[in-house]
Amino acid sequence: MAHPSTEQVWDWLDTIPDPEIPAITLTDLGIIRNVGWDGDTCVVTVTPTYSGCPATSLINMEIETALREHGLEKIELKRQLSPAWTTDWMSERGRRKLEEYGIAPPQPAGGPDKCPHCGSTNVEKLSQFGSTPCKAQWRCKDCLEPFDYFKCI
Amino acid sequence: MTQKSDPKFEALLRLGDNALILGHRVSEWCGHAPVLEEDIALANTALDLLGQTSLWLEYAGEVEGKGRSADDIAFLRDAWDFRNVLLVELPNGDFGQTIMRQYLFDVFNRLNLEAMKTSTDTRIAEIAEKAAKEAAYHVERSEGTVIGLGDGTEESHRRIQDALNILWPYAQELFITDEVDEEMAKAGVIPDPKSLQDAWNAEVRGALAEATLEVPEAHFGHRGSGKDGRMHTEHLGHILTQMQWLQRAYPGQEW
Ligand SMILES: [Zn+2]
Repeated sequence: MAHPSTEQVWDWLDTIPDPEIPAITLTDLGIIRNVGWDGDTCVVTVTPTYSGCPATSLINMEIETALREHGLEKIELKRQLSPAWTTDWMSERGRRKLEEYGIAPPQPAGGPDKCPHCGSTNVEKLSQFGSTPCKAQWRCKDCLEPFDYFKCI
Repeated sequence: MTQKSDPKFEALLRLGDNALILGHRVSEWCGHAPVLEEDIALANTALDLLGQTSLWLEYAGEVEGKGRSADDIAFLRDAWDFRNVLLVELPNGDFGQTIMRQYLFDVFNRLNLEAMKTSTDTRIAEIAEKAAKEAAYHVERSEGTVIGLGDGTEESHRRIQDALNILWPYAQELFITDEVDEEMAKAGVIPDPKSLQDAWNAEVRGALAEATLEVPEAHFGHRGSGKDGRMHTEHLGHILTQMQWLQRAYPGQEW
């Protein structure tokens, strides 16, 4: 029996929102490492963002649910730790959507380049940690709004 | 006579139990920290540690080969089967004591994980690669907070110095070496803790000096180590009653 192409499966995965930051998809986040077929089993390889991220099991469930809705029956989810996930794998589209959503995207310099609300570069760190393991809290000193910064790892 | 168990299994329990017990301790701050940002930071640190715990203990269960899951190992062992150092089971004390303990452990954890990235055991190398990134981030924060408190107000300085006086001797246990460590180091699996001591001392003493704190003259005073389970403080049993009661009362329950 012919099965859908891996490109088709990638397209489906590209529509699944991240459960904690629904503005971006799982492929935007860069955590889907591979899609392949082992006989009639669709094998999706996923890497965790943080080792204790509580969304990991939810993400696996969402992938399975979505692929089942597209008619796939045999699905295997593989965990891959190495190479460890890095924010460099986030897509350009994902970075843009994060900013529109009010979250400053990760920067190699280690801090946000500007306030996602008003664009000011006059920003300061409030805390190294934020509302999820992948974010830190910052504040804009011009518009005075606090905002999340997606940590660069 | 106790049966001699596989040194790799023992070594994985040490890694997993240090992360598990410290993670549980730090999680006790959830909802109690002095300010919201610190509350969130402590909870996230605990979460990373628990994530690392599950990776270590999952592998420990596979190495042991008796079909035990990470949950089985975490929730169904008694105090004498735990292999964590005493430092991580000590009560939280005040915020300063919690942060000082975190800092002393974080630096060790990062050095240990960095070295394990080249382990001859590829699974250990993979877990270390993942966890080292988190540990580096933890050091950044705990170091900054120790320096801020040490070089802060009169009260914050006094409190964090008191914390250092209590914890410094316990931190020395991290570098005690036994036959499990020797075997793991010889096989290139996990570095000999002693080989990390100079780097740890240089880094920690540098930060403590910047924090205007005085390092006490003190050695690890207990006769046994938590690493082989022959010694634990009374506090570990109390942690386990809290951490394990649900699985003990309702075996096999899942969320
Ligand atoms: Zn702004």
